[in-house]
Amino acid sequence: MKNIGPIGPIGPIRKIMNLYKYASPATFYPLAGKMIPWFAIPAALLFAAGLFVGFFIAPTDFQQGDAYRIIFIHVPAAWMGMFLYVLLAIYAGIGWAFNARLSSMMASSIAITGAMFTSISLVTGAFWGKPTWGTWWVWDARMTSTLILLFLYIGFISLQAAIDDPRRADRAGAVLALVGVINVPIIYFSVQWWNTLHQGATIRILGKPTIAPPMLAAMLIMLAACWFYSVAVVLIRLRCIILEREQNASRFAEVGV
Amino acid sequence: MLRWIVWRDLMLAWRRRADMLSTVFFFVIVVSLFPLGIGPETQLLRTIAPGVVWVAALLASMLSLGRLFANDYHDGTLEQLLLTPQPLFLVVLGKTLAHWIVAEVPLVLIAPVVGVQFDLGRETLWILFASLLLGTPVLSLIGSVGAALTLGLRGGGVLISLLVLPLYIPALIFGAGAVEADIMGTSPAANLYLLGAFAIVSLLFSPWAAAAALRISLE
Repeated sequence: MKNIGPIGPIGPIRKIMNLYKYASPATFYPLAGKMIPWFAIPAALLFAAGLFVGFFIAPTDFQQGDAYRIIFIHVPAAWMGMFLYVLLAIYAGIGWAFNARLSSMMASSIAITGAMFTSISLVTGAFWGKPTWGTWWVWDARMTSTLILLFLYIGFISLQAAIDDPRRADRAGAVLALVGVINVPIIYFSVQWWNTLHQGATIRILGKPTIAPPMLAAMLIMLAACWFYSVAVVLIRLRCIILEREQNASRFAEVGV
Repeated sequence: MLRWIVWRDLMLAWRRRADMLSTVFFFVIVVSLFPLGIGPETQLLRTIAPGVVWVAALLASMLSLGRLFANDYHDGTLEQLLLTPQPLFLVVLGKTLAHWIVAEVPLVLIAPVVGVQFDLGRETLWILFASLLLGTPVLSLIGSVGAALTLGLRGGGVLISLLVLPLYIPALIFGAGAVEADIMGTSPAANLYLLGAFAIVSLLFSPWAAAAALRISLE
Protein backbone atom coordinates (compact mmCIF):
# COMPACT_ATOMS: atom_id res chain seq x y z
CA MET A 1 0.00 0.00 0.00
CA LYS A 2 2.98 2.33 -0.17
CA ASN A 3 2.30 3.52 -3.70
CA ILE A 4 -1.08 5.21 -3.36
CA GLY A 5 -1.06 8.25 -5.60
CA PRO A 6 -1.59 11.72 -4.16
CA ILE A 7 -5.16 12.95 -4.10
CA GLY A 8 -5.86 15.89 -6.38
CA PRO A 9 -4.99 16.80 -9.92
CA ILE A 10 -1.93 14.59 -9.96
CA GLY A 11 -4.03 11.48 -9.47
CA PRO A 12 -5.37 11.21 -13.03
CA ILE A 13 -1.96 12.03 -14.46
CA ARG A 14 -0.47 9.24 -12.45
CA LYS A 15 -3.17 6.98 -13.83
CA ILE A 16 -2.31 7.86 -17.43
CA MET A 17 1.34 7.26 -16.69
CA ASN A 18 0.39 3.85 -15.40
CA LEU A 19 -1.47 3.08 -18.60
CA TYR A 20 1.59 4.05 -20.62
CA LYS A 21 3.55 1.64 -18.53
CA TYR A 22 1.57 -1.18 -20.10
CA ALA A 23 2.48 -0.03 -23.60
CA SER A 24 5.75 -1.83 -23.10
CA PRO A 25 5.64 -5.47 -24.17
CA ALA A 26 7.60 -6.58 -21.11
CA THR A 27 5.09 -5.10 -18.65
CA PHE A 28 2.08 -6.02 -20.73
CA TYR A 29 3.08 -9.65 -20.91
CA PRO A 30 2.11 -10.57 -17.31
CA LEU A 31 -0.97 -8.34 -17.44
CA ALA A 32 -2.14 -10.14 -20.60
CA GLY A 33 -1.57 -13.42 -18.80
CA LYS A 34 -3.87 -12.28 -16.00
CA MET A 35 -6.48 -10.98 -18.43
CA ILE A 36 -6.78 -14.13 -20.54
CA PRO A 37 -8.94 -16.19 -18.11
CA TRP A 38 -11.27 -13.22 -17.66
CA PHE A 39 -12.05 -13.41 -21.34
CA ALA A 40 -11.63 -17.10 -22.08
CA ILE A 41 -14.04 -18.37 -19.40
CA PRO A 42 -16.88 -15.94 -20.24
CA ALA A 43 -16.33 -16.81 -23.90
CA ALA A 44 -16.84 -20.50 -23.19
CA LEU A 45 -19.94 -19.82 -21.06
CA LEU A 46 -21.41 -17.45 -23.63
CA PHE A 47 -20.77 -19.90 -26.47
CA ALA A 48 -22.57 -22.59 -24.50
CA ALA A 49 -25.46 -20.27 -23.65
CA GLY A 50 -25.71 -18.86 -27.16
CA LEU A 51 -25.69 -22.27 -28.80
CA PHE A 52 -28.26 -23.54 -26.31
CA VAL A 53 -30.62 -20.63 -26.94
CA GLY A 54 -29.98 -20.85 -30.66
CA PHE A 55 -30.53 -24.58 -31.02
CA PHE A 56 -33.17 -25.35 -28.40
CA ILE A 57 -35.10 -22.20 -27.51
CA ALA A 58 -35.25 -20.17 -30.72
CA PRO A 59 -38.30 -21.25 -32.74
CA THR A 60 -38.00 -23.03 -36.06
CA ASP A 61 -38.24 -20.64 -38.98
CA PHE A 62 -41.42 -21.22 -40.96
CA GLN A 63 -39.72 -20.62 -44.30
CA GLN A 64 -36.25 -22.05 -43.87
CA GLY A 65 -36.87 -24.75 -41.29
CA ASP A 66 -34.01 -25.57 -38.97
CA ALA A 67 -31.34 -24.78 -41.54
CA TYR A 68 -31.49 -21.12 -40.58
CA ARG A 69 -29.89 -21.90 -37.22
CA ILE A 70 -26.48 -21.71 -38.83
CA ILE A 71 -26.82 -17.93 -38.83
CA PHE A 72 -26.08 -17.96 -35.10
CA ILE A 73 -22.54 -18.77 -36.08
CA HIS A 74 -22.50 -17.22 -39.51
CA VAL A 75 -23.65 -13.68 -38.72
CA PRO A 76 -21.43 -13.07 -35.66
CA ALA A 77 -18.46 -14.50 -37.59
CA ALA A 78 -19.13 -12.17 -40.51
CA TRP A 79 -19.40 -9.16 -38.19
CA MET A 80 -16.22 -10.11 -36.39
CA GLY A 81 -14.38 -10.50 -39.67
CA MET A 82 -15.22 -6.92 -40.60
CA PHE A 83 -14.71 -5.36 -37.16
CA LEU A 84 -11.38 -7.03 -36.72
CA TYR A 85 -10.05 -5.71 -40.02
CA VAL A 86 -10.81 -2.14 -38.95
CA LEU A 87 -9.33 -2.85 -35.52
CA LEU A 88 -6.24 -4.32 -37.17
CA ALA A 89 -5.80 -1.21 -39.29
CA ILE A 90 -6.20 1.05 -36.23
CA TYR A 91 -3.65 -0.89 -34.19
CA ALA A 92 -1.24 -1.13 -37.12
CA GLY A 93 -1.63 2.60 -37.79
CA ILE A 94 -0.99 3.49 -34.13
CA GLY A 95 1.99 1.17 -34.06
CA TRP A 96 3.43 2.82 -37.14
CA ALA A 97 2.67 6.44 -36.25
CA PHE A 98 3.84 6.33 -32.62
CA ASN A 99 6.42 3.62 -33.05
CA ALA A 100 4.57 1.50 -30.51
CA ARG A 101 5.77 -2.06 -30.80
CA LEU A 102 2.98 -3.53 -28.71
CA SER A 103 0.34 -2.01 -30.94
CA SER A 104 1.92 -3.50 -34.04
CA MET A 105 2.20 -6.88 -32.37
CA MET A 106 -1.49 -6.57 -31.54
CA ALA A 107 -2.24 -5.99 -35.23
CA SER A 108 -0.32 -9.09 -36.25
CA SER A 109 -2.10 -11.21 -33.70
CA ILE A 110 -5.52 -9.87 -34.71
CA ALA A 111 -4.92 -10.70 -38.37
CA ILE A 112 -5.13 -14.46 -37.99
CA THR A 113 -8.26 -14.36 -35.83
CA GLY A 114 -9.89 -12.01 -38.32
CA ALA A 115 -9.00 -14.25 -41.24
CA MET A 116 -10.37 -17.23 -39.34
CA PHE A 117 -13.71 -15.53 -38.67
CA THR A 118 -13.96 -14.41 -42.29
CA SER A 119 -13.35 -17.98 -43.48
CA ILE A 120 -15.91 -19.31 -41.00
CA SER A 121 -18.49 -16.89 -42.27
CA LEU A 122 -17.78 -17.93 -45.88
CA VAL A 123 -17.94 -21.65 -45.13
CA THR A 124 -21.06 -21.44 -42.97
CA GLY A 125 -22.59 -19.18 -45.59
CA ALA A 126 -22.07 -21.94 -48.15
CA PHE A 127 -23.60 -24.51 -45.77
CA TRP A 128 -26.59 -22.25 -45.31
CA GLY A 129 -26.90 -21.48 -48.99
CA LYS A 130 -27.05 -25.10 -50.11
CA PRO A 131 -30.40 -26.01 -48.44
CA THR A 132 -31.85 -22.50 -48.69
CA TRP A 133 -30.82 -21.24 -52.11
CA GLY A 134 -29.93 -24.64 -53.56
CA THR A 135 -26.35 -23.64 -54.30
CA TRP A 136 -23.09 -23.44 -52.38
CA TRP A 137 -21.99 -20.17 -53.81
CA VAL A 138 -23.71 -17.15 -55.31
CA TRP A 139 -21.91 -14.05 -56.48
CA ASP A 140 -23.95 -12.07 -54.04
CA ALA A 141 -22.56 -8.66 -53.08
CA ARG A 142 -21.98 -9.58 -49.45
CA MET A 143 -20.39 -12.92 -50.19
CA THR A 144 -18.14 -11.41 -52.80
CA SER A 145 -17.00 -8.59 -50.56
CA THR A 146 -16.41 -11.04 -47.70
CA LEU A 147 -14.26 -13.10 -50.05
CA ILE A 148 -12.27 -9.99 -50.98
CA LEU A 149 -11.90 -9.19 -47.28
CA LEU A 150 -10.37 -12.62 -46.81
CA PHE A 151 -7.95 -11.84 -49.66
CA LEU A 152 -6.95 -8.62 -47.87
CA TYR A 153 -6.27 -10.56 -44.67
CA ILE A 154 -4.22 -13.10 -46.61
CA GLY A 155 -2.24 -10.29 -48.23
CA PHE A 156 -1.49 -8.75 -44.81
CA ILE A 157 -0.48 -12.05 -43.26
CA SER A 158 1.70 -13.14 -46.17
CA LEU A 159 3.43 -9.76 -46.40
CA GLN A 160 4.34 -9.93 -42.72
CA ALA A 161 5.43 -13.54 -43.09
CA ALA A 162 7.76 -12.66 -45.96
CA ILE A 163 9.65 -9.97 -44.04
CA ASP A 164 12.28 -11.19 -41.61
CA ASP A 165 12.89 -7.95 -39.74
CA PRO A 166 9.91 -7.62 -37.36
CA ARG A 167 9.92 -3.82 -37.26
CA ARG A 168 9.90 -3.59 -41.03
CA ALA A 169 7.12 -6.20 -41.11
CA ASP A 170 5.08 -4.09 -38.68
CA ARG A 171 5.42 -0.92 -40.70
CA ALA A 172 4.92 -2.53 -44.09
CA GLY A 173 1.83 -4.26 -42.73
CA ALA A 174 0.55 -0.92 -41.44
CA VAL A 175 0.87 0.72 -44.85
CA LEU A 176 -0.94 -2.20 -46.45
CA ALA A 177 -3.69 -2.26 -43.81
CA LEU A 178 -4.30 1.48 -44.12
CA VAL A 179 -4.40 1.35 -47.92
CA GLY A 180 -6.76 -1.61 -47.58
CA VAL A 181 -9.03 0.18 -45.14
CA ILE A 182 -9.35 3.16 -47.50
CA ASN A 183 -10.11 0.74 -50.29
CA VAL A 184 -12.67 -1.37 -48.43
CA PRO A 185 -15.62 1.03 -48.87
CA ILE A 186 -14.76 1.47 -52.56
CA ILE A 187 -14.57 -2.28 -53.04
CA TYR A 188 -17.81 -2.83 -51.18
CA PHE A 189 -19.60 -0.18 -53.21
CA SER A 190 -18.20 -1.40 -56.53
CA VAL A 191 -19.11 -5.02 -55.79
CA GLN A 192 -22.63 -4.08 -54.81
CA TRP A 193 -23.02 -2.03 -57.95
CA TRP A 194 -21.56 -4.78 -60.11
CA ASN A 195 -23.92 -7.25 -58.49
CA THR A 196 -27.07 -5.27 -59.26
CA LEU A 197 -25.84 -4.91 -62.82
CA HIS A 198 -25.32 -8.62 -63.28
CA GLN A 199 -27.90 -10.39 -61.24
CA GLY A 200 -31.46 -10.84 -62.37
CA ALA A 201 -33.06 -12.48 -59.36
CA THR A 202 -32.23 -10.71 -56.16
CA ILE A 203 -31.67 -12.84 -53.14
CA ARG A 204 -32.04 -11.27 -49.79
CA ILE A 205 -30.29 -12.47 -46.73
CA LEU A 206 -32.82 -12.50 -43.88
CA GLY A 207 -35.65 -10.96 -45.83
CA LYS A 208 -37.92 -10.88 -42.80
CA PRO A 209 -38.35 -7.41 -41.35
CA THR A 210 -38.26 -8.60 -37.74
CA ILE A 211 -36.81 -11.65 -36.12
CA ALA A 212 -38.16 -13.42 -33.06
CA PRO A 213 -36.68 -12.22 -29.73
CA PRO A 214 -35.02 -15.56 -28.86
CA MET A 215 -33.32 -15.54 -32.26
CA LEU A 216 -32.02 -12.04 -31.68
CA ALA A 217 -30.95 -12.98 -28.16
CA ALA A 218 -29.07 -16.01 -29.40
CA MET A 219 -27.36 -13.95 -32.06
CA LEU A 220 -26.28 -11.24 -29.62
CA ILE A 221 -25.03 -13.79 -27.09
CA MET A 222 -23.02 -15.45 -29.81
CA LEU A 223 -21.64 -12.09 -30.89
CA ALA A 224 -20.53 -11.38 -27.32
CA ALA A 225 -19.02 -14.85 -27.14
CA CYS A 226 -17.06 -14.18 -30.32
CA TRP A 227 -15.78 -10.90 -28.91
CA PHE A 228 -14.60 -12.50 -25.68
CA TYR A 229 -13.09 -15.38 -27.62
CA SER A 230 -11.26 -12.96 -29.93
CA VAL A 231 -9.81 -10.96 -27.06
CA ALA A 232 -8.65 -14.12 -25.29
CA VAL A 233 -7.09 -15.67 -28.38
CA VAL A 234 -5.49 -12.43 -29.52
CA LEU A 235 -3.92 -11.98 -26.08
CA ILE A 236 -2.60 -15.53 -26.09
CA ARG A 237 -1.09 -15.01 -29.52
CA LEU A 238 0.25 -11.63 -28.45
CA ARG A 239 2.07 -13.28 -25.56
CA CYS A 240 3.62 -15.73 -27.98
CA ILE A 241 4.73 -12.90 -30.26
CA ILE A 242 6.20 -10.97 -27.32
CA LEU A 243 8.11 -14.03 -26.19
CA GLU A 244 9.39 -14.68 -29.66
CA ARG A 245 10.56 -11.15 -30.33
CA GLU A 246 11.80 -10.11 -26.92
CA GLN A 247 13.60 -13.29 -26.04
CA ASN A 248 16.94 -11.53 -26.25
CA ALA A 249 15.95 -8.50 -24.21
CA SER A 250 17.72 -8.79 -20.91
CA ARG A 251 15.07 -6.91 -18.96
CA PHE A 252 12.64 -9.59 -19.94
CA ALA A 253 14.49 -11.99 -17.73
CA GLU A 254 13.72 -9.77 -14.76
CA VAL A 255 9.98 -10.16 -15.27
CA GLY A 256 10.56 -13.82 -14.63
CA VAL A 257 9.12 -15.45 -17.71
CA MET B 1 12.73 16.79 -60.91
CA LEU B 2 9.60 14.96 -61.96
CA ARG B 3 10.52 15.39 -65.61
CA TRP B 4 14.04 14.24 -64.98
CA ILE B 5 12.90 11.05 -63.25
CA VAL B 6 10.40 10.25 -65.97
CA TRP B 7 12.98 10.92 -68.69
CA ARG B 8 15.61 8.78 -66.99
CA ASP B 9 13.24 5.85 -66.52
CA LEU B 10 12.06 6.09 -70.09
CA MET B 11 15.66 6.04 -71.30
CA LEU B 12 16.39 3.00 -69.17
CA ALA B 13 13.32 1.23 -70.47
CA TRP B 14 14.23 2.09 -74.05
CA ARG B 15 17.59 0.43 -73.59
CA ARG B 16 15.84 -2.69 -72.39
CA ARG B 17 13.11 -2.84 -74.98
CA ALA B 18 12.73 -6.60 -74.67
CA ASP B 19 11.23 -6.27 -71.18
CA MET B 20 8.59 -3.92 -72.46
CA LEU B 21 7.76 -6.11 -75.43
CA SER B 22 7.51 -9.28 -73.39
CA THR B 23 4.78 -7.69 -71.25
CA VAL B 24 2.83 -6.75 -74.36
CA PHE B 25 3.19 -10.23 -75.83
CA PHE B 26 2.13 -11.76 -72.54
CA PHE B 27 -1.03 -9.67 -72.69
CA VAL B 28 -1.76 -10.67 -76.29
CA ILE B 29 -1.10 -14.35 -75.63
CA VAL B 30 -3.25 -14.50 -72.49
CA VAL B 31 -6.14 -12.83 -74.29
CA SER B 32 -5.79 -15.16 -77.26
CA LEU B 33 -5.83 -18.24 -75.05
CA PHE B 34 -9.40 -17.61 -73.93
CA PRO B 35 -11.11 -18.28 -77.27
CA LEU B 36 -9.02 -21.45 -77.55
CA GLY B 37 -10.14 -22.58 -74.11
CA ILE B 38 -13.76 -21.57 -74.41
CA GLY B 39 -14.66 -22.11 -78.04
CA PRO B 40 -15.14 -19.87 -81.03
CA GLU B 41 -18.84 -18.90 -80.66
CA THR B 42 -18.98 -15.20 -81.45
CA GLN B 43 -21.79 -14.39 -79.06
CA LEU B 44 -20.04 -15.94 -76.08
CA LEU B 45 -16.73 -14.33 -76.98
CA ARG B 46 -18.36 -10.92 -77.21
CA THR B 47 -19.83 -11.41 -73.73
CA ILE B 48 -16.58 -12.37 -72.08
CA ALA B 49 -14.36 -9.95 -74.01
CA PRO B 50 -14.40 -7.01 -71.54
CA GLY B 51 -13.57 -9.20 -68.56
CA VAL B 52 -10.89 -11.16 -70.39
CA VAL B 53 -9.09 -8.11 -71.73
CA TRP B 54 -9.21 -6.39 -68.36
CA VAL B 55 -8.06 -9.39 -66.36
CA ALA B 56 -5.22 -9.91 -68.84
CA ALA B 57 -4.24 -6.26 -68.37
CA LEU B 58 -4.16 -6.73 -64.58
CA LEU B 59 -1.98 -9.82 -64.91
CA ALA B 60 0.33 -8.17 -67.42
CA SER B 61 0.88 -5.24 -65.09
CA MET B 62 1.81 -7.71 -62.33
CA LEU B 63 4.74 -8.78 -64.50
CA SER B 64 6.16 -5.31 -64.91
CA LEU B 65 5.53 -4.02 -61.36
CA GLY B 66 8.40 -6.03 -59.95
CA ARG B 67 10.79 -3.94 -62.03
CA LEU B 68 9.36 -0.61 -60.90
CA PHE B 69 11.86 -0.07 -58.10
CA ALA B 70 13.90 -3.27 -58.15
CA ASN B 71 16.65 -2.24 -60.58
CA ASP B 72 17.24 1.07 -58.85
CA TYR B 73 17.21 -0.71 -55.54
CA HIS B 74 19.86 -3.21 -56.57
CA ASP B 75 22.32 -0.69 -58.00
CA GLY B 76 21.81 1.73 -55.11
CA THR B 77 20.24 4.55 -57.11
CA LEU B 78 17.10 4.38 -55.05
CA GLU B 79 18.96 5.20 -51.85
CA GLN B 80 20.47 8.24 -53.52
CA LEU B 81 17.02 9.29 -54.69
CA LEU B 82 15.79 9.04 -51.11
CA LEU B 83 18.54 11.40 -50.02
CA THR B 84 17.62 14.12 -52.51
CA PRO B 85 16.01 17.22 -51.00
CA GLN B 86 12.96 16.79 -53.23
CA PRO B 87 9.86 15.22 -51.66
CA LEU B 88 9.90 11.48 -52.11
CA PHE B 89 6.37 11.33 -53.41
CA LEU B 90 7.50 13.28 -56.47
CA VAL B 91 10.15 10.67 -57.15
CA VAL B 92 7.56 7.93 -56.74
CA LEU B 93 5.09 9.78 -58.92
CA GLY B 94 7.70 10.17 -61.64
CA LYS B 95 8.67 6.53 -61.57
CA THR B 96 5.01 5.51 -61.57
CA LEU B 97 4.30 7.76 -64.53
CA ALA B 98 7.25 6.26 -66.40
CA HIS B 99 6.00 2.77 -65.53
CA TRP B 100 2.59 3.67 -66.90
CA ILE B 101 4.07 4.95 -70.16
CA VAL B 102 6.38 1.97 -70.57
CA ALA B 103 4.23 -0.90 -69.39
CA GLU B 104 0.60 0.16 -69.63
CA VAL B 105 0.29 2.47 -72.62
CA PRO B 106 1.37 -0.28 -75.07
CA LEU B 107 -1.41 -2.46 -73.64
CA VAL B 108 -3.92 0.34 -74.07
CA LEU B 109 -2.82 0.78 -77.68
CA ILE B 110 -2.87 -2.91 -78.53
CA ALA B 111 -6.15 -3.64 -76.72
CA PRO B 112 -8.45 -2.50 -79.59
CA VAL B 113 -6.58 -4.85 -81.94
CA VAL B 114 -7.03 -7.67 -79.47
CA GLY B 115 -10.68 -6.70 -79.09
CA VAL B 116 -11.22 -7.35 -82.78
CA GLN B 117 -10.44 -11.00 -82.06
CA PHE B 118 -13.55 -10.99 -79.91
CA ASP B 119 -15.70 -9.44 -82.59
CA LEU B 120 -16.34 -6.20 -80.75
CA GLY B 121 -17.92 -3.36 -82.67
CA ARG B 122 -16.10 -0.15 -83.55
CA GLU B 123 -17.89 1.88 -80.85
CA THR B 124 -17.15 -0.76 -78.26
CA LEU B 125 -13.49 -0.81 -79.18
CA TRP B 126 -13.32 2.91 -78.46
CA ILE B 127 -14.93 2.36 -75.08
CA LEU B 128 -12.46 -0.43 -74.37
CA PHE B 129 -9.64 1.93 -75.28
CA ALA B 130 -11.07 4.72 -73.11
CA SER B 131 -11.68 2.46 -70.12
CA LEU B 132 -8.12 1.14 -70.27
CA LEU B 133 -6.74 4.62 -70.73
CA LEU B 134 -8.53 5.76 -67.56
CA GLY B 135 -8.00 2.56 -65.63
CA THR B 136 -4.37 1.63 -66.27
CA PRO B 137 -3.00 4.62 -64.29
CA VAL B 138 -4.80 3.08 -61.31
CA LEU B 139 -2.91 -0.16 -61.92
CA SER B 140 0.43 1.65 -61.93
CA LEU B 141 -0.43 3.81 -58.92
CA ILE B 142 -1.76 1.11 -56.60
CA GLY B 143 0.87 -1.25 -57.94
CA SER B 144 3.61 1.18 -56.91
CA VAL B 145 2.54 0.74 -53.27
CA GLY B 146 2.77 -3.02 -53.60
CA ALA B 147 6.12 -2.81 -55.40
CA ALA B 148 7.53 -0.54 -52.69
CA LEU B 149 6.29 -2.82 -49.90
CA THR B 150 7.72 -6.00 -51.39
CA LEU B 151 11.04 -4.44 -52.40
CA GLY B 152 13.90 -6.86 -51.86
CA LEU B 153 11.77 -9.60 -50.33
CA ARG B 154 12.10 -13.22 -51.28
CA GLY B 155 9.18 -14.36 -53.39
CA GLY B 156 8.35 -10.72 -54.03
CA GLY B 157 6.85 -11.47 -57.43
CA VAL B 158 4.09 -13.71 -56.14
CA LEU B 159 3.62 -11.66 -53.01
CA ILE B 160 2.95 -8.48 -54.95
CA SER B 161 0.03 -10.11 -56.74
CA LEU B 162 -1.46 -11.23 -53.41
CA LEU B 163 -1.25 -7.68 -52.10
CA VAL B 164 -2.25 -5.72 -55.15
CA LEU B 165 -4.79 -7.78 -57.08
CA PRO B 166 -7.56 -7.48 -54.44
CA LEU B 167 -7.04 -3.72 -54.42
CA TYR B 168 -7.46 -3.63 -58.22
CA ILE B 169 -10.99 -5.02 -58.05
CA PRO B 170 -12.83 -1.67 -58.30
CA ALA B 171 -10.84 -0.77 -61.42
CA LEU B 172 -11.64 -4.15 -62.94
CA ILE B 173 -15.34 -3.84 -62.16
CA PHE B 174 -15.73 -0.31 -63.48
CA GLY B 175 -13.46 -0.81 -66.47
CA ALA B 176 -14.96 -4.06 -67.67
CA GLY B 177 -18.40 -2.74 -66.68
CA ALA B 178 -18.08 0.23 -69.01
CA VAL B 179 -17.31 -2.00 -72.00
CA GLU B 180 -20.01 -4.42 -71.02
CA ALA B 181 -22.58 -1.64 -70.69
CA ASP B 182 -21.73 -0.56 -74.21
CA ILE B 183 -22.15 -4.12 -75.51
CA MET B 184 -25.52 -4.31 -73.78
CA GLY B 185 -26.52 -1.09 -75.49
CA THR B 186 -26.58 1.17 -72.42
CA SER B 187 -24.41 4.17 -71.73
CA PRO B 188 -20.93 3.41 -70.39
CA ALA B 189 -20.63 6.94 -68.97
CA ALA B 190 -21.44 6.05 -65.35
CA ASN B 191 -18.75 3.37 -65.23
CA LEU B 192 -16.20 5.62 -66.86
CA TYR B 193 -16.92 8.45 -64.40
CA LEU B 194 -16.51 6.07 -61.47
CA LEU B 195 -13.31 4.73 -62.96
CA GLY B 196 -12.05 8.30 -63.34
CA ALA B 197 -12.98 9.04 -59.74
CA PHE B 198 -11.12 5.95 -58.57
CA ALA B 199 -8.11 7.02 -60.63
CA ILE B 200 -8.13 10.44 -58.96
CA VAL B 201 -8.42 8.94 -55.48
CA SER B 202 -5.51 6.63 -56.14
CA LEU B 203 -3.51 9.50 -57.61
CA LEU B 204 -4.07 11.37 -54.33
CA PHE B 205 -3.15 8.57 -51.97
CA SER B 206 -0.87 6.11 -53.73
CA PRO B 207 2.30 8.21 -54.19
CA TRP B 208 2.30 9.05 -50.48
CA ALA B 209 1.66 5.49 -49.44
CA ALA B 210 4.32 4.22 -51.83
CA ALA B 211 6.79 6.84 -50.57
CA ALA B 212 6.14 5.75 -46.98
CA ALA B 213 6.54 2.12 -48.00
CA LEU B 214 9.85 2.89 -49.73
CA ARG B 215 11.22 4.54 -46.61
CA ILE B 216 10.20 1.49 -44.61
CA SER B 217 11.76 -0.91 -47.10
CA LEU B 218 15.02 0.98 -47.32
CA GLU B 219 15.78 1.89 -43.76
